[in-house]
Amino acid sequence: MNRINQKLQEDKKLLSIYFSAGYPNLNDTVSIIQDLEKNGVDMIEIGLPFSDPLADGPTIQESSTKALSNGMTTEILFDQLKGIRQNVTIPLIIMGYFNPILQYGVEKFCKTCKVIGIDGLIIPDLPIDVYNEQYRSIFEAYGLINIFLITPQTSIKRIQFIDSISNGFIYMVSSAGVTGSSSGFREKQTTYFKRIADMKLKNPQIVGFGISNNETFTQATAYTKGAIIGSAFIKHLTKEGINSISNFTNSILN
Amino acid sequence: MGYNINEKGYYGEFGGAYIPEMLYPNIEELQLNYLQIMAEPSFKAEFDQLLKDYVGRPSPLYFAKRLSKKYNTKIYLKREDLNHTGAHKINNTIGQILMAQRLGKTRIIAETGAGQHGVATATVCALMNMKCIIYMGEIDIARQAPNVARMKMLGAEVRPALSGSRTLKDATNEAIRDWINNPVDTHYIIGSVVGPHPYPDMVARFQAVISEEIQWQLKNKEGTTKPNYVIACVGGGSNAAGAFYHYLEDINVNLIAVEAAGKGINSGKSAATSVLGREGIIHGSKTLLMQTNDGQITEPYSISAGLDYPGVGPMHAHLYTSGRAEFISITDDEAMTAGLELSQLEGIIPAIETSHSLAIFNHKQFKTDDIIVINLSGRGDKDLQNYIDYFKI
Ligand SMILES: Cc1ncc(COP(=O)(O)O)c(C=O)c1O
Repeated sequence: MNRINQKLQEDKKLLSIYFSAGYPNLNDTVSIIQDLEKNGVDMIEIGLPFSDPLADGPTIQESSTKALSNGMTTEILFDQLKGIRQNVTIPLIIMGYFNPILQYGVEKFCKTCKVIGIDGLIIPDLPIDVYNEQYRSIFEAYGLINIFLITPQTSIKRIQFIDSISNGFIYMVSSAGVTGSSSGFREKQTTYFKRIADMKLKNPQIVGFGISNNETFTQATAYTKGAIIGSAFIKHLTKEGINSISNFTNSILN
Repeated sequence: MGYNINEKGYYGEFGGAYIPEMLYPNIEELQLNYLQIMAEPSFKAEFDQLLKDYVGRPSPLYFAKRLSKKYNTKIYLKREDLNHTGAHKINNTIGQILMAQRLGKTRIIAETGAGQHGVATATVCALMNMKCIIYMGEIDIARQAPNVARMKMLGAEVRPALSGSRTLKDATNEAIRDWINNPVDTHYIIGSVVGPHPYPDMVARFQAVISEEIQWQLKNKEGTTKPNYVIACVGGGSNAAGAFYHYLEDINVNLIAVEAAGKGINSGKSAATSVLGREGIIHGSKTLLMQTNDGQITEPYSISAGLDYPGVGPMHAHLYTSGRAEFISITDDEAMTAGLELSQLEGIIPAIETSHSLAIFNHKQFKTDDIIVINLSGRGDKDLQNYIDYFKI
């Protein structure tokens, strides 16, 4: 069974962390992943940096730009991750925009992911119809779960459709906006989380965008399986470097 | 029928809507409604009326006598420079503001490079009393100051794009992010035939008035609707799409797209996307774009801010790879020289974007009885300082 599916069966709220690979320094990737696992993180989204990240706010844009100027490439990221499964057991997901993956070659990309032990992909700008028609069979051949997003604007019909083609979890974007743009959840979000929970979808939901501390983590997971933190963790890396990751995870989990 | 868009939103293998889910409701709303709205008699009537009384259409098709004599062929200029606000861009913004009204939107966002599209958008927002926010790269704000002032005077807010390379591509990113942040009340008026489907087709249809007029104007002057050549400069490709539109399927009409070579194709400072680009995804569209081997989008260069875009509309990517249109790249120097030449031969100071298409005559020999239509996409007022600096006038 894919590590993502296994993890989703655990009887707990899941904490997933996103960071841009190659940030703050080119070769921090592996040590950040290991530290996150050691400190109780359940799942990691490794951001493949892109020059034009349309769905991201300033924090992730800047970490992406820095990672690229540090010299990060798809090839280098895969090199860094080569031995990762010798000591990391939690699910690893690569999150990236479609163009770098297309240029690398979608099949070659998926194949390398499998060899390394990547469990899933999140590609925000790969449309569902294109995925189904052209790439689904490739992803499945290499055992990769493709994670789809829903937002407060997604229609009920489309949510049901996305649920029907998903295998793993649904990435629930907390509010209308790019990453890092909200501070605290209001009733509107809670109502939305509950509304989706009441749909009794076959796939669990994990909330992302706007989670930055214990309070928002607790709110986000009241009706869902877990939460994803990106910008807040990157801000922590910017301020504190990579040596005090436990301070960050403790501030979320306790 | 091979060069226009298909029912799935592609020109050949190019186009589509490669957008994050956050944009799906807005894009789907447009996809489902744009053709129907454009076909409504009341929409058409209002669009035509505004093009006539407000923009000043039809724009003249002018026989350029001295230019024709110099190059020993028959050259007509389609005078989009005489439109209100000085370029073809307003054909599209008039259409899209009416579209936004029909969709019940109250807030307009747009990106701009040279500022022409920003001015055209700010203008129609003033006309229709809509809130208007224009994203413009910090670097472009500095090099196109007169247009920034015009936008502000028209009541628009100009927001600097501070990310990435701080030019047109980044202004477009910021506009898309704004739309993600404001999914309900906002319409995004894209300024060229780029972006996710249906934008390339919608913008091409609004600009198609250019070739529609060329047909009957040429018929009156030459007794034929068909020129031998239609020539236009290509940034994103909207003025070219408009000038080519009614001739796309008529292979007896040769189409020439002129791109900006900047300081030269191999100089590392160029914006000739068809030659230097590879297939990929930019701003929600599968097309040709300038990028690194690793798929990072690179920064183009051209002396003209309006041609300084690392991609090209999917229609043009298809016209290029299918061979339907000939693509020629013109350097900064060639364009500037051609701009000065038109000024002194015909008394028309063209936009630097347009000057690129006028430089064609030093690249290509035409027959004496060839009928050539050049789309004079804009006037040079906004570029005066650049011309002055370049020629030390
Ligand atoms: C006068 C003029 N011509 C051409 C262009 C290039 O745009 P497009 O290729 O969409 O016509 C611009 C863009 O700003 C412009 O201002």
